[in-house]
This record gives sequence, C-alpha cells and structure tokens, in this order.
Amino acid sequence: MANQVCFRNNHLENSWSLEAYQSSGGYEVLKKILSEKTPAEVLIEDIKLSNLRGRGGAGFPTGLKWSFMPRNAPGQKYIVCNSDEGEPGTCKDRDILRYNPHQLVEGMIIAGYCIGASAGYNYIRGEFWEPYSRFEGALEEARVAGLLGENILGSGFDFQLHAHLGAGAYVCGEETALLNSIEGKKGQPRFKPPFPAGFGLYGRSTTINNTESLASIPVILEKGGQWFLDQGVPNSGGEKLFSVSGHVNRPGNFEVPLGMPFSELLEMAGGVRDGHQLKAVIPGGSSTPVIPGEQMMEVNMDYDSIAAAGSMLGAGSVIVMDETTCMSRVLERLSYFYYEESCGQCTPCREGTGWLYRVLQRIEAGNGSAADLDLLDNVASNIEGNTICALGDAAAMPVRSFLKHYRDEFQYHIDHKQCMVKSDW
Amino acid sequence: MDNKESLTIQLNDIEYQVEPGQMLIEVADDNGIEIPRFCYHKKLTTSANCRMCLVEVEKAPKMLPACATPVMDGMKVWTKSPKAIAAQKSVMEFLLINHPLDCPVCDQGGECDLQEIALGYGADQARYQEKKRIVKDKNYGPLVATEMTRCIHCTRCVRFGVEIGGIAEIGGTGRGDHMEIGTYVEKSLSSELSGNIIDLCPVGALLSKPFLYTARSWEMKSFPSIAAHDAVGSNIQIQTRNGAVMRVVPLENEAINELWISDRDRFSYLGLESDDRLTQPMVRNEEGKLITTDWQSALEAAVKGVQAVVNGAGGSALGAWTSPSSTVEEFYLLQKMVRGLGSSNIDHRLRQYDFSGQQEQRSPRLGITLPQVEQQNAILVVGANLRHEQPLLAHRIRKAALAGAEVSSVHPQGVVYNYALTQELAVDQLTPTVAAIAKALEEMGKGSELSGLSALTTNAVVEASHRVTAESLLRGDQALVLLGGLAYQDHNQSVLYALADAIAVMSGATLGVVTEGANALGGQLAGAVPHHGVAKQVVDSVGMDLGTMVEMPPKALLLMGIEAAEDLAEGAVEAIGQSEFVVSIAAFADEVSSRKADVVLPMAAFTETSGTFINMEGVWQSFQGVVSPKGEARPGWKILRVLGTLFNLDGFEFGDSESVLQEVKQACDAMESEGTDEEITSWVGPADWGNSSATAASGVAIYRGDALTRRSQPLQQSSLGKAEQHQHNEGATA
Repeated sequence: MANQVCFRNNHLENSWSLEAYQSSGGYEVLKKILSEKTPAEVLIEDIKLSNLRGRGGAGFPTGLKWSFMPRNAPGQKYIVCNSDEGEPGTCKDRDILRYNPHQLVEGMIIAGYCIGASAGYNYIRGEFWEPYSRFEGALEEARVAGLLGENILGSGFDFQLHAHLGAGAYVCGEETALLNSIEGKKGQPRFKPPFPAGFGLYGRSTTINNTESLASIPVILEKGGQWFLDQGVPNSGGEKLFSVSGHVNRPGNFEVPLGMPFSELLEMAGGVRDGHQLKAVIPGGSSTPVIPGEQMMEVNMDYDSIAAAGSMLGAGSVIVMDETTCMSRVLERLSYFYYEESCGQCTPCREGTGWLYRVLQRIEAGNGSAADLDLLDNVASNIEGNTICALGDAAAMPVRSFLKHYRDEFQYHIDHKQCMVKSDW
Repeated sequence: MDNKESLTIQLNDIEYQVEPGQMLIEVADDNGIEIPRFCYHKKLTTSANCRMCLVEVEKAPKMLPACATPVMDGMKVWTKSPKAIAAQKSVMEFLLINHPLDCPVCDQGGECDLQEIALGYGADQARYQEKKRIVKDKNYGPLVATEMTRCIHCTRCVRFGVEIGGIAEIGGTGRGDHMEIGTYVEKSLSSELSGNIIDLCPVGALLSKPFLYTARSWEMKSFPSIAAHDAVGSNIQIQTRNGAVMRVVPLENEAINELWISDRDRFSYLGLESDDRLTQPMVRNEEGKLITTDWQSALEAAVKGVQAVVNGAGGSALGAWTSPSSTVEEFYLLQKMVRGLGSSNIDHRLRQYDFSGQQEQRSPRLGITLPQVEQQNAILVVGANLRHEQPLLAHRIRKAALAGAEVSSVHPQGVVYNYALTQELAVDQLTPTVAAIAKALEEMGKGSELSGLSALTTNAVVEASHRVTAESLLRGDQALVLLGGLAYQDHNQSVLYALADAIAVMSGATLGVVTEGANALGGQLAGAVPHHGVAKQVVDSVGMDLGTMVEMPPKALLLMGIEAAEDLAEGAVEAIGQSEFVVSIAAFADEVSSRKADVVLPMAAFTETSGTFINMEGVWQSFQGVVSPKGEARPGWKILRVLGTLFNLDGFEFGDSESVLQEVKQACDAMESEGTDEEITSWVGPADWGNSSATAASGVAIYRGDALTRRSQPLQQSSLGKAEQHQHNEGATA
C-alpha cells in the first residue's frame, strides 16, 4: 500500500481545490468532531495510539506533544505549522502544500481544537511561492465555505489560520527561531527552557508541528489510530513520505509504510542510475550521518532500524550516491551549507562551522595536512551538544560520519592532492 | 512570598540552599565559585549565546549553560569536572580563532574579560590556521569607539539598548560568522546612557573614544567620587595618571546608580582641561582691564570692595548667587559669610522665576528611595524632561513602567519618552492641565479638606485624559507625583507645586520634587536660600530671592560657580551689569565675568576639591579631591573660609572640609529629630493661577546645564549634544 495519508488525493484533478478534497471525504472529520463536540482528550488519545511521530525530523510523538499544552488554562494559545522545509534533500512538505493543502488546513483546525488554540500560523519556506499561493488559496476557500474563521459550521468554535512566508533562512526551521521570525524578530533560536508549550509565540503557550504531521491528522482520526499504527511497524506508526534524490533513475516523493526495506524504496525510485553502483546513502536529510551502501541495503525505513544503523530517519530525505561521488567534495558542500546557514548566535556553531568548512575546502583543494582529519573530528565534536539549537549538531554529524566511513578518501586527498574516485561532475 | 521553599543543590560536591528560580550561575556567584562567562550579565536578560559557562549536570546528556539552567532540588553540578573544563576550553578556542589577539594595542588590555579568561582556559598554541575574520568598524559618534574585529558577539550591547537604554539602536545583522554588531543604517548613538556599553563590552570592541590610546588601565589610580551633574548622585570612579584625570567610570552602588552612569557623568571630565579654566586670581585695574595677580591682593580687593558697599549701604546691599551644584560645604560657608555681613540675599535657584511659594514648599526631595521608584505602580510626572534632567531616575521610572506601572506625564512639546505612557499630555502651558487633573480628583470627591484648592481649579476644563490620569493614580497603592525641573523654571512654579501637592494628597501618592544641579537639596539644607538658614532655621528677615535680586540688583554681588551667560534666569545678566561690585568665584572664565567682574577668584573643579552632595533621596555623599587644582585655583570652601576670616567674621576657623560638614550635619540632625523639614502637613496654595499665560519652559539642553559639561567637546559633538545645540540656537533666535 502507498499514498494513503498525505498523498491520498494526489491522483485527483485539481487535487488542491476544496471540491476535490471534499470529494474524497475532506473536512468530514472536522464536521464530525464539531457536531459531536468530541472531547479533545479522546482525540489526543487516538493520536497517541497511532504513534504518529513528528515528521519534521526529531520524531517526537505528536500526541504526547499535544498533551503538554495547558489546553484549559486561560489565555491565547497557538498552533504553528512548520513548513519551512529547508533540510537539503527534503521536498515532501512542498508537495503537501501544492497538492493537498486542505488536508493541512483541516489538520491544523483539529489541532487547534485539541490544544485549545483559537489561532494558527503556517510558516512557509520563503522560496515556496507556488506552495504558499496554493495554501493561501485553500485558506480562502475554507473561509468562504465557513470551515475556517469564527463560529466554524455553527459550532461556536473559532479558529483563525494565517500563512506566513519566511525569508530564506534554514535556521528558521528550528521551532523557536521560527517563532521569533513570525514575531518579526531576527530568526535566531531561543534557549530552552522555557519550551514553547509554556512560552511560545508572543510568549503564549504554543505547539509547533511539521506539515506532514498535521496533514496526517484528518486521516488518522478518520480511520482510527489503530489503523494508522498498523500501516507501519511497532514504534513507527503509519505511512511516511520519503524524498528520494541523488543518483536514482526516478527521484521523487514516495509515501510508503514505515518499515519498508530501503531496497524496495530504492526500487520505487527506479534504482541507482543505470550502469552505476550504490556507494552511500544519507537517509534522513543532509544533517543525518551517512551510511555506506551495502549496509543501507539491509536497513528498513523506520526510526529504530535506521538508528540501529547509526543514523536517523530525520525528515525521510534519502540522498543516494553512487560510486562516482567524491565524499570529500560532498562533505565540503554540506559544510558550506551549514556555515552559511548558522545563525551566528552562539559561539561553537558560529565559529565552528566556518572552521570546518575552511579546513574541508583546503583538503578538497589539495592543501590538506596530516593533522587535519583529527582536527576536523575534534572541532566537530566540540560543536556537538554545546550549542543552543540542533544546527550545531547538524553541522557536526555529517563531518564525523563521513570521516568514520570514508576516512581513506580524505586521506587520499591529503596525500595525493587529488580525488580517489573518478567523478563525472 | 516568605515561605518559598528553598531547594538543595550540590555545586562541586558542596551542598547549598538555594531559591527556586535561581540560575546556577547566580548560586555560583553568590558563593564565590567562579564560572567563566561573557554574555551573561546580572542586569541584562540571559541570552546563553557565548556558551562559556557550560557546566556538567548530573543526568544531563549535554553540558548546560550555568546562566540559563534553573536550579532543581537535588541537582548535582560540577563546574570544574574534566567534562566541564573540556567544554569551556573548546568554547574558548572557538572564541579566539577569529579574535585578533591584538592585546598590546587594545585599550581593553588589562581589564578585558577575554584576556583574563583566556589565561585560564585558552591554549598556548592555535590550531586554527585559516584567515581570521575582519569586520569593518562602525562610527557610533564621538563617545564610543569601535574595533569590531574584536567583537565576540555576546550581544550585551544589543540587550543594553533594548532593555536599559530604551533605544534599540544596536543589533546583529547577517548570519553565521558574517554576523556583525552594528546599527544597520550607520548612525551615532543617541541614548543618554550610551557610554555604559563600553563597560558592558567584555572585549575591546567598544571603547571610550575620548580616552582611546591615552592610558593603560594599570597605569591609573582609581578614586571613588560622586557625579556632579544631577541629583541622582551617581557613584563614580575617577581614574588619574600623574595627577591628571584620564577617565570616569561607574562605581557600583545598587541603591543609587546600580552600575550605570549617564554619558554626562562619564564624559563631562573632558571639559576639565579646557582653555577657559581659570588658573590665576584676577583683579580689574583702573583702566577696566582684568589683570592677573596673587591671591593675597585679589582676596584683599574682594574684601575691600564688598566691605565698602556693606559699610555704605548696609548688609542688604550684598547679594550672593551660587550654583546648585555647589557642595554642602560651599553652600554653608557662603551663606554663613553673607549672613555674617548682615545680608540674607542668597540663592542657588538660578533658573527659577516664581518664588512666591517658597515658604510653603518642602525641600526638593524624591520622597522615596531610588529603588522604591521601581516598586511604584502609578507615577505622574509634572513638568520634567527626566531623561535629560535626571537620566538614571528616568531609567528607574522606565523599569517601573516595564514592570507594569502606569506612568503619565504632563510636559511641554518635544519631550520624548522611551516607553509607552499611560497618558501623554504634551502641552504649551503646564498649569491648566495640571489643574484639570486636580479638578478631576476633586470631582471624584477627593479634595474636600483642601480649602482654597477650588480657587485654583475652578477654571480648569476636565477632559477624559485628565480623568484617566487621576484614576490611574488612585488605582496605584504605591503612587508618586513627581515635579521636575521644567516646573521649577515655569513662571507659575508656586501654582504647579501647590497643584502637584494637592494631587498627591488627594490620590494618596508621594510628592517627589527634583530640580536642577547636583545638590539642590544641599542648598536648601545648608541655608543657601533667602528665606531660611541652615537646617531650615528661621531667619530674622527674609532676604531677596534671585527673582527679586534680578529686579533690584544688589550693589555688591558674589557669584560662585556660575557662568552667567548660560546658568541664569532671564534678566539676571543685566542685573549683574547694574551691580557696582562683582566678585566671581569660578572654575571657568566666562564672558559676563570677564566683562563685569571686579575680582575673579579661580576655583577648583569637582575633581579637585573635597565636598558633599545630598542627592534627591536625601543621601549625603562626601568625596575627596583626586587631583590638585589647576594652576592657582583653590577649592571653593577654602576660598570662602579665607574670605570669612578676612571679613573678621567668627566661626570660619575650619581646618578641613570635614569639620565644615560636621557643623552642617549637626544642625540638620537636630532639625530632622525635631521634624521641621518634611512635616508640613497642611496644604497651602496660592490664591489664583497667577501668570497663567506663561508658556512652559523648554528647559536646559542635556549637555548645556553647567560650565564643565558645556566644555566637554565630545558631549557637545554627540548626536544628543548637537540636536540640543540646534534647539538651543533656535530658541535664542526665536
């Protein structure tokens, strides 16, 4: 089975329209909840049962996160959707916004209902103009249809939802930087504690979920938490979107049950491009540790299996590399990304990402020295765990994993001032 | 909450009882455990960005920043474990890779947090071989120099602007190691407290521009002193090298200035070496020219001239005007001398016009302490430009406002607050509006026992804004009505005072009064006023106040610490011109004295004399001279002592300023035990609005208040100084 959750409508014509969404049962869950006044606790229990884990990368159980909200406490509360999809290798939320925006709208209204929020924001990556327009279109349709705004469907429940376009900073995908950005401040992560559930947007209790997580909600509540859980494997409920990119014949987004063997996913993406062999896979987006190809062929695509292989499922962003890939060049490029995207707030990340990049640049250019590899590993470990947010870790993990698995290639660069692999790019 | 349960934590294996909500770094600081830090500052919000204070916490998978980690019961923390030290050292390495390490040419050298902490946590050899970052310097104006390549992005200066200065002038632009601290659009800093970022900067990125490259920190001696430009009485350190004042920095005193000082207090010392300093006694010769002479001749000429007038026309022909920033000792000796010569014509209220309420009014006191200002929940400011008059009082009120106090203000157009007021009443005339607020309270049934008040409020027109202001004062159980310097310069001062007093009485608020100069309260208590003697002692006959002396110039006039052209109310310069014999005791030459004074006696500046200021709270703060007086100048109290002796007056045999002070203090202690100062219980107001058409005074520009400040070129060139100069000139031509 595939395409049962976020991509369930993608086959419809103008799948992003309200008409198409409602033709496949869209907004029925919301109507049912509002007419029956289903207690939020019941809904949250169902989400917990589904074992939906945060699809943004950290994999934190969504139901548990919602239960942290002081839903009955007085004062404004917010639900925020994180559509600042910036992790290199990831492009799944973009397609949800383009092809199934109403499901996200419905998911966010239900989320607001569950956590006691009367307002929500969807923070959309700055480069996503088309998805942003689609989402705004969906909001307008929903408002006109009385599905969004004051007194939704005559139920007495109010919920306002706004789209907020980012300005092109990767770090704004970090939830507290995202909140700062919505508030009009510089997009820099906040130190936690306090956590957003206590002190979030404009200082109010806030829940932040990934686009895919929120878009999954209507389907989970329609078909039941148990059904969702059964789609996946224990501890990894449901189907999940995987963005497969790199040296494959048919790159794209695939919504498949969690626990599917990597080899099957690779098959769906058309296999490694013709005439080449699998060399390495980054399974969860550019910040997750790289896994050598042969090892990856034995791994299943779920949280625990990938963790056991020494990496992370992350956002499900699978970057496939074949034997023509120079690992030194890849790492240099990745390091450049984190160097450019570090917000500059805290010392280890601000200074360390630049240091890593400059040393890697030197190695790639053939000016590396014998001590550089140990230096890289040490600098990366000095960043890791010492920063305000996870961007420091994101910059450090690729360095450490590339050195762990492909140290010989880096050594070759240093010794021979040239690349070990025959690269065609 | 007294019964807050205390928690127990272990810090480096020693148990401590701590308060819930405390951060680890506070506990460590309280107990003398050193944790290195750069971004943390006890007066600023926590940003946890430098990561230098990482410590090991039991069961935490990562090292945690001590500045942002709250204590929890049973917590075990190690600040010097191998893991903690390793984390701290790695952060230190990151901080140093892009730091220029140009300590030998850096002004911060010797008082640099980075330098000091690097000694303990830095490596002796760098592993970083790449090019270092270079950052273009910013031009922040004439007060703060920048060397942005040295910046470690701690954001203390950024947070200061937002949280303390009240003007978000500085921020961080760019990401990653392209991030730069700056003003975005280049501009000079415009805060009246901007110099504090120099102290806050933990490295040599922000430095004192006037002090730049003039001395190393270890070459200077540091002396505690008291700032001489407003009634806050900020504690300062005057730093000297080889007998010259090199720099002024704050001295921490939580009860007064916390650890801030205004730019005026920090940079006014730059006027000390002005060419205008008087260094020689001078006497006007027969051709009408001032010629330098020796002290003996000058003093004799002064005594002879004054004595001739007194002998001919009686003591009442003598008048004395003195700066409101004179010391208690100077005030006391001057009034003692003048009264000894049979006159009570003495005043220090140089920019005041309306003295009709002086008998009923209390001395200018805040009425509460400066820290208590922060506890107020309703404040009404009447006739003040506090950020210019009393910058650190303005800061305390801003803190109260940010904590939720409702602050309203009646002021002339052009006064700018750096937070949202509950009611901002910017008006052309103060009296009608203040009367309307009083009337609003009357209408709420609050003024029945104040007989005579209705005469003042009868013509007032109450509008909604006045009612809101009145209600806000009534709501506050800790309320303050503050009468400021502009009210004192108003032609209706006595009415404004009476109305402010009535508002305070009716709303249950404290009446606070702050006027100009460093020692206006000292001037009252030491008796430098015509209507009472030292410690409010009743005088046989009330002398002439400044206003009366302007109308009827005394034949002989003693000026002390006055630059006549700028320090005095309108008409006063002309009055000096009509006086027959003028003695000017001053630190700076000025145009009026050089034209008119018969004897000029050079006086020491505030860094060169000992003395005492009484601040707005009534705190007596004495200070010592830290450098020798310039040239032949002498401390004011010594000049007065010798003059008194030369006049053959009794009671001028003082060996030091301390014994002068003792005499004043004894008198005041006796008064306070008798309760004659603040115990005026009955409200007495004038009969009518008086000069109700008088336009509100625009006040004295922030850096034009006294002769020393006016001669500090960097202050004059600063954006505040220039803006105000412009305003000043406009006012002069209007």
